[in-house]
Parts: sequence; C-alpha cells; structure tokens
Amino acid sequence: MDLKTLTYIVVFGTFALYFGIAWWARAGTTSEFYAAGGGVGPIANGMAIGADWMSAASFISMAGLIAFLGYGGSVFLMGWTGGYVLLAMLLAPYLRKHGKFTVPEFIGDRYYSDTARIVAVVCLIIASLTYVIGQMKGVGVAFSRFLEVEYGVGLGIGMGVVWVYAVLGGMKGITYTQIAQYCVMIFAYTVPAVFISLHLTGNPIPQLGLGSTLADGSGVYFLDKLDQVVTDLGFKEYTTAVLGNDINMFAYTLSLMVGTAGLPHVIMRFFTVPSVKAARASAGYALVFIAMLYTVAPAVGAMARLNLMNTIEPAPGQNLSYEQRPQWFKDWEKTGLLVFEDKNNDGKIQYVADKSANEMVKVDRDIMVLANPAIAGLPNWVIALVAAGGLAAALSTAAGLLLAISSAISHDLMKGVLTPDLSEKNELMAGRIVMTISILFAGYLGLNPPGFAAGTVALAFGLAASSIFPAIMMGIFSRKISGKAAVWGMCAGIGVTMLYVFQHKGIMFIPGTSFLGGMDANWFLGISPNAFGIVGAIVNFATAFVVSKVTGPAPVEIQEMVDNFRAPGAAAAAHAH
Amino acid sequence: MQHPHFQNSSIAVSDSIFFQRSALTQISGGIIETMQNLTYWQKNLRLIAKCLVIWFVVSYGFGLLLVEPLNTIRMGGFKLGFWFAQQGSIYVFCALVFYYAWAMNKLDEEFDVKE
Repeated sequence: MDLKTLTYIVVFGTFALYFGIAWWARAGTTSEFYAAGGGVGPIANGMAIGADWMSAASFISMAGLIAFLGYGGSVFLMGWTGGYVLLAMLLAPYLRKHGKFTVPEFIGDRYYSDTARIVAVVCLIIASLTYVIGQMKGVGVAFSRFLEVEYGVGLGIGMGVVWVYAVLGGMKGITYTQIAQYCVMIFAYTVPAVFISLHLTGNPIPQLGLGSTLADGSGVYFLDKLDQVVTDLGFKEYTTAVLGNDINMFAYTLSLMVGTAGLPHVIMRFFTVPSVKAARASAGYALVFIAMLYTVAPAVGAMARLNLMNTIEPAPGQNLSYEQRPQWFKDWEKTGLLVFEDKNNDGKIQYVADKSANEMVKVDRDIMVLANPAIAGLPNWVIALVAAGGLAAALSTAAGLLLAISSAISHDLMKGVLTPDLSEKNELMAGRIVMTISILFAGYLGLNPPGFAAGTVALAFGLAASSIFPAIMMGIFSRKISGKAAVWGMCAGIGVTMLYVFQHKGIMFIPGTSFLGGMDANWFLGISPNAFGIVGAIVNFATAFVVSKVTGPAPVEIQEMVDNFRAPGAAAAAHAH
Repeated sequence: MQHPHFQNSSIAVSDSIFFQRSALTQISGGIIETMQNLTYWQKNLRLIAKCLVIWFVVSYGFGLLLVEPLNTIRMGGFKLGFWFAQQGSIYVFCALVFYYAWAMNKLDEEFDVKE
C-alpha cells in the first residue's frame, strides 16, 4: 500500500474515533459544557491536560529546535515542564476549591470587580487567539504535506473536525477526545524514537540511548560523536551551545514557566476534577504524561541531527553526491523547506557552519520530526502515524483554546456582566454559537495569517506570564491585595510586555514599524523579546503592590473568602453557584 | 468560663443558658478553627518554599548557573550539567509535584480539613 493511502486510512481512522467519542460525551448542561460536570478523574484529567498543552509546536517544532540549538534548546524543555510545578503548588488546588468555571470568573470574584473580570477576559482572548492561529496553521500544513491537499482545504477539514466535537461536547467532549488524542500523539512520537535509538545506539529507550555508546562497536558515546561531528564542521559544540547569553537563557526559562502556569486553557482543566485532592494529583499525572514526550524530545533532536549529518557526510571528506541524494531529500526539496545550492560546483553536498561555503542553504527546523522516520529509513506506517500524531496535537490544543475563548465570552462577558438573567439553556446555546464564530475566525486568521503569525506563540506565553499568572497568584497568597491593584497590575504587566515585543519586532509584528530595531544590542540586559514575559510579570507584581498600599486593603469578606479557598474543607461542586 | 468577655456579651443578647453555651462553643470553635487554618497555611507555605528551592536548584542551578562545573562530571555518555538541563530537571519536577500532593493530603488529615 502506498504512503498516501496508508496516511488517509490512519488519519481518518483517528477522526472517526474522535467523532464517536464526541457523540458519546455530548454536553447537556453548562456545567458539562464548561467543566465536564466536574467529574473527570485525576489520571484522565492528566492525560487531557497533556494533549491540551502539547501543541503542534511541542510535537513538530520542539525536537527540531533542540536539534539545531543543542544545549540552548534546554530552555524549552525546562520552561514548558517546570511551569507545572508552579501550577500544582501556587494555583490549581485553590482555584479548584473556589469552584467556578473560568479564569476571569475567579479574578472577578477575588477582586470583587467587573472591571478586573473584563481585563482578564481581554488578556485571555489576546493570549488564546494568538495561540490558536499557530494551531490552525499547523493543521493546514500537516494536511497539505501528508495528504497532498490544498492548504485551505486541509484547514477547512481541521476546522470541521474541531467544530463537531467541541461544539457538541463542550469541555466534556473535548476532555474525552483529548484523552484519545494524547494516546495517538504519544504513540506516534515514541515509536519512531525507539526505532532510531535502537538503530543508532542499540538501546530501545531513547532517554537512555541519548547517553549510550554508538551501536557501531566503536565504544564512542553518542553525544561525544555528535559534538565531534558538528564542531569539525565549524558548528557550536552540541552539548554546550548557549542560547543568546546566560541571562537570556535564565529569563527565557522563567518566562516560559510562568507563562505555562498562566495559560487559561490549561488552568481551566483543573475545574473539571471532583476535588482539591484530585486537582493536586492531576497536576502530577499531567506532568508525567508531558514528560513522556519531553524527555524523548532531546533524544529525537540529537539523533535526527547526527542522522542528517551522517547522511550528507558519511565519513569526513566523503560528501554525498547531489545526484545520489535519498528520496526524502527530494520530497522536502519540493516543499521549499530544504534547499541545496552547489556553490563550488563539485556536485557534492557541503553542509558546514561557514555561511559562504555552506551549500545546505535552508534546513527548516520543523521538518526534523516529520522527516525523521524517512531519514532513518522507517516503514511507511510509522510515517502515517506521525502525520496522525501531529494532527492530534494541533487539534487537541485548538479545541482547548477555543473553549477558553468561548467560555470567556459567553460565561464571563454575557452571563457575568452584560446579560446576567440569561437562562442556562440560552447560555449553553450562546456558548455554542460563540464557539462556532471563534472557529470561523481562527480559520480565517489561519488562512490569511496576519503579519504577526510567526511570533504568536511566544507572545501568548509573554502575555499569560505578565497578566494572568501574577493576578491569580497574588489573589491567593495575599489576603489584602485589592481589586484596583490587580487591574493596574495586569494592565501594567501586559502593557510593558507588548511594548517591548512591538518595539523590537514591529507593531503587531508588521516589519518596518519596530522603533528600536530587532538587533540584540538594544535588548534590555540582552533579554530577547520572547523571554520578556518574566519582566512583565515583575512589573505587574510591583505595580499591584504599590497601588494596594495607596488604595488600601480588600474588604473583610474578601479576606474571609481567601481563607476559605486556602484549605480544602468541603470543596464546592463545580456547578454550585 | 475561660472567656469571660464573650460570656458577658452573649448574656447581653440572651439570658438563656443554652444559647449562652452554644454561642460560646461557636465562638471558641471559630477561634480554634482560625488558629488551625493559620498553621495549616503556614505549613503549606513552608512546604511550597521547600519544593520550590529544589525546583530552582535542579533547573536554574544545575541546568543553567552551575552547568559548566557540572559538565566536567560524566554520567555515562552525559555531561552532568547537560543531563540536568535536558533530562534530570524534568524527572525531579514530576517527583516534586507528587511529593507535594502526598504531603498536602497528610496535612489535610492532620488538620482535619480534607473534603
């Protein structure tokens, strides 16, 4: 069976599975629509968080980033896992105890202010919408590469699939499809990694293979070999290459951690478990399920890099002749993501660090995971599986984000502020309509990506880190911090972060509108715009502290509310309003 | 009659001995509960601080700040600093979250605040 047919069967097989689950788990009440009825067990919720969290960026891009950044890529590994430690200890249990449906609702209650709630809604929508565009693009790209349909058609199919299970099932449908998507995703990620690790090092466990000796009998450690190969060609040593400078790596990791803990679509998942105890446990399970992919990723990245190098230059000086390039090389050349230019006209491929002599003019990082099975010569069904896994990653995250957006609008803006007498039935209908509109809007942005699409995911983390995380954390750990303080803090934090990103990358990322230029020399302490969220978070904390000192503490009943959600006691059911 | 102040104030609102007693129990119960919650919260804070110190040391400490000296130590094919940055810190994070959940469950039992 040829690859294309096989891929169609695997991909549409998984879609059928998601539809079946959606029909079985359709939502009948707002509680089911927003919080899956509060009845999801900790292991199931952990898996759903894993799928919700791991997007096309984690599945497709991360290992490729690590492959080319080496040690510098550690910021993504630590940043995107360490945030769960903060989430588990600083936010999740208390939010669950408070027992509402959405993040803005918590902020509105704690800061006794509709203004705070609306500011939180705005922060949430900006962060989630920028994030969802990236997922929609991922869906379109995966379809167009693997199933050879037009980008727009692929995007349309993806939107349709998300629409069916997200609109029908709400949080309940999304939760159970995400569990299935996690299984598809982790299987698709691990299988090729095991094969490649076994082939290169003889050890079937990629995490251990990374530290093992090569299987060629030379007794040389895999990482030492990789270091030697890349430094011989003038690249930075793999295991020590730094990303920017030390301060930048520090700030980058911290921004990703705090941003991870502040992403509303992830926090929202903790409202679906039955108890505070279950909220604490599900953070642990979520991290384990995420770590299963995140500890394999560095092995995938490093091994893909060595395989790529070895294919082009099997032994020093014996470069691959362009005429004899393998099939995967030709396939990716067609997409324009891999470009060869014979600069010295010797018909052979030279891949070196020196830009004037390097003939691999373009090696897109995103192809590493997708091309990996082919580079390693794995069978077609593994390649089909990777396509299904990439789609599962993008669809599950898109659904979670769309739910966060639609609940912020239907529950916080409409039911909470504008039309409080909305009946439950109408609120559910409003939720579904808003979800449909969000999907169409996200699809439109995916089809006509605005200038800022490239920087969007990084911006989402910066925004979440500088606005939502500090507001929630202060609301829990300080009994006295006031509503005015939170509003000013959120506005200052998100404002500073957006200003810094825009001044270096252009207003809304439009090229030519950056007023300080993208050059590293103008970066504050050498911190790249992507790593600036933590500075925004500090500004948020400081502003809130000062404003609170000036305007006085929160009322006594609010302080009592804080005391109440600090201890589990009798956790209110998610539907008890 | 350990709380003469409360006793007097409740006499002022009612002369029933029964009401007096139940009001007293309620108030002193409330005081004890608040005191328990305080220590419960303080113990929680101490636990969080302990966990976050470890969280910081394995990632920012071993993985970033001390990476160079640690890289001189080898663990199989791994330089130790590199291993902490790309593998070890993640394993420790997982252990920390489960440890915190376990320790908090115990604390909930101890202070009888579990659901």
